[in-house]
Amino acid sequence: MAALRGALGGALKGILRPSLPPGEHFGALAEFATPAELYHACEGVRDAGYTRWDAHAPFPVHGLERAMGLRASRLPWIVLVMALGGAATGMGLQGWVSTIAYPLVISGKPFFSWPAFIPVTFELAVLGGALGAVFGMFGINQLPTLHHPLFASKRFERASDDGFFISIESWDPQFDPGQTVDLLRHLGAKEVELVASSSS
Amino acid sequence: MIEPRPHSAPSHPRPAGLRAASLWLPPDHSWRRLPMLGLVLAVVGLGGSLALGFAGDAAAQRQLWHSWLVGSLFVLSIALGALFFVLVHHSTQAGWSVVVRRTAENTMAMLPFLALLFLPLLLFGMGDLFHWSHAGAMEHDEVLAGKKPYLNVTFFVIRTLAYFAIWSALALWFGRQSRLQDTTGDHELTRRMRRASPPALLLFALTLTFFAFDWLMSLDPHWYSTIFGLYFFAGSAMAFFAFLALAGIAARRAGLLVEVLSAEHQHDIGKLLLTFVVFWAYMAFSQYMLIWYANLPEETGFFAQRLAGSWRTTSVALAIGHFVVPFFFLLPRAVKRSAKALAAAAVWLLAMHLLDLYWLVMPNLHATGVVPSLFDSAALIGCCGVFLAAFGGALRRQALVPLRDPRLPESLTFENV
Repeated sequence: MAALRGALGGALKGILRPSLPPGEHFGALAEFATPAELYHACEGVRDAGYTRWDAHAPFPVHGLERAMGLRASRLPWIVLVMALGGAATGMGLQGWVSTIAYPLVISGKPFFSWPAFIPVTFELAVLGGALGAVFGMFGINQLPTLHHPLFASKRFERASDDGFFISIESWDPQFDPGQTVDLLRHLGAKEVELVASSSS
Repeated sequence: MIEPRPHSAPSHPRPAGLRAASLWLPPDHSWRRLPMLGLVLAVVGLGGSLALGFAGDAAAQRQLWHSWLVGSLFVLSIALGALFFVLVHHSTQAGWSVVVRRTAENTMAMLPFLALLFLPLLLFGMGDLFHWSHAGAMEHDEVLAGKKPYLNVTFFVIRTLAYFAIWSALALWFGRQSRLQDTTGDHELTRRMRRASPPALLLFALTLTFFAFDWLMSLDPHWYSTIFGLYFFAGSAMAFFAFLALAGIAARRAGLLVEVLSAEHQHDIGKLLLTFVVFWAYMAFSQYMLIWYANLPEETGFFAQRLAGSWRTTSVALAIGHFVVPFFFLLPRAVKRSAKALAAAAVWLLAMHLLDLYWLVMPNLHATGVVPSLFDSAALIGCCGVFLAAFGGALRRQALVPLRDPRLPESLTFENV
């Protein structure tokens, strides 16, 4: 019981407080005035070689994934595997029930009447693909995360209103409090701040 | 005398910064010879078919009209898919597809000419194609006698003329509004086409369904399948998207539409192609499974015949080649964005669509197995010649994109998210 509570508590803690980079700062947060400035600043951060960073905007900015140099998402592969798994489950389950577990002659057709199994196979493929898409997306985005160190910044609230931000995390090998802030200023940031690691 | 519209009427300028070669067929371009090439093919293919058929015996004539029907259906189905695309474009107020809409309009513009392909069938081919049209066919056949009010030659001819009249009228009207906007830039034309497209879609769905019942299902007049219209539609729309992808890729290679048509548009056409590959399979399987499951004698005859002898091989080839292979091939994003890969898929799927039509029509003539014939290729070449001539003629007549469509700028800068 105690072990179960411990495991649940651990999982809950992971959700409430994501694993934090060690050190004094979580990272640097820079605000930009327009989507265009954000776009070009992302190109600059990408070209400077940073890998642990993110961009935040209140709405999708076209082509930002290219400016950030993001690789293609792994999500399609998750969906494909889940859909094929769903299809295999559907066909396998019906085939097993009809030929091994409980063979019954139905309207004179063979035990393994695959055309009759296709609708369920198809539906399970769709179900598997849909579940893979939703929960795969959650997993890749590390959702749900109920708290994030960036929330310590008052300014960051505008990321869901009219603010455009770049955050560079301190566990990036290139991160240096002074140089990173200088780079962001140089890329046209309106404001740059260092966000404290809110581990206290 | 046409009054110029008042200055306040919203109208759109032509997009700036595009070379004329992207928007018009240049005067010395090799595609200007398409109509000539098409006419030669049409005369050789169709003329040769007719000469061989009428010089031959009764069996040759039966083969002639069956092959002729397959070839005509092949080109007609692509043109009908184009009409469908234009109507859906207007009724959904689509933005991305403006740059490819003119290609669809140029394809549907051939519908009046394709009526000419069905004229010889109506005049000379009825007896060879349709068992029910024989004078005594209904006397000893209670089922057929019951269908007489619908299935008689007079009503059949009237219906066929009505289908082509409706399709031609829709194609001409929507084509003319679009062309008119090239010169006036009037926004009202866009609204007018949008208002007209939903009822036109309804009309399209009904005429296409009954056309498929008449010209394909009634080849076997005892058999019926209520999903058959959708089956024919699914194949037609798929064939059109294959043609649209191919035409776009060929145009870019020929130096046309270069600044207009991007990998983004090609990607979307690829998605629609994949969609209709799946939709065709959904319809084909739904039709098969319900008939197989119910196992009623008057319905199973159609599949019993196609699952025997070399027709069985054809059926299996169709399931694999028309669905399984293209489905997995078209799934990756990179394939839909690669000109070479998508062109290969499009050619493959057009061939599969032809096989599908062959599979629908030919068991009526060769009951026990596939019998290839010279008439098949001759009629196909001829029909494709008519297609090329009409399409090439349309290309020469007007700009290659709707020059002043209010959504053209949106379409030019379209990007997949």
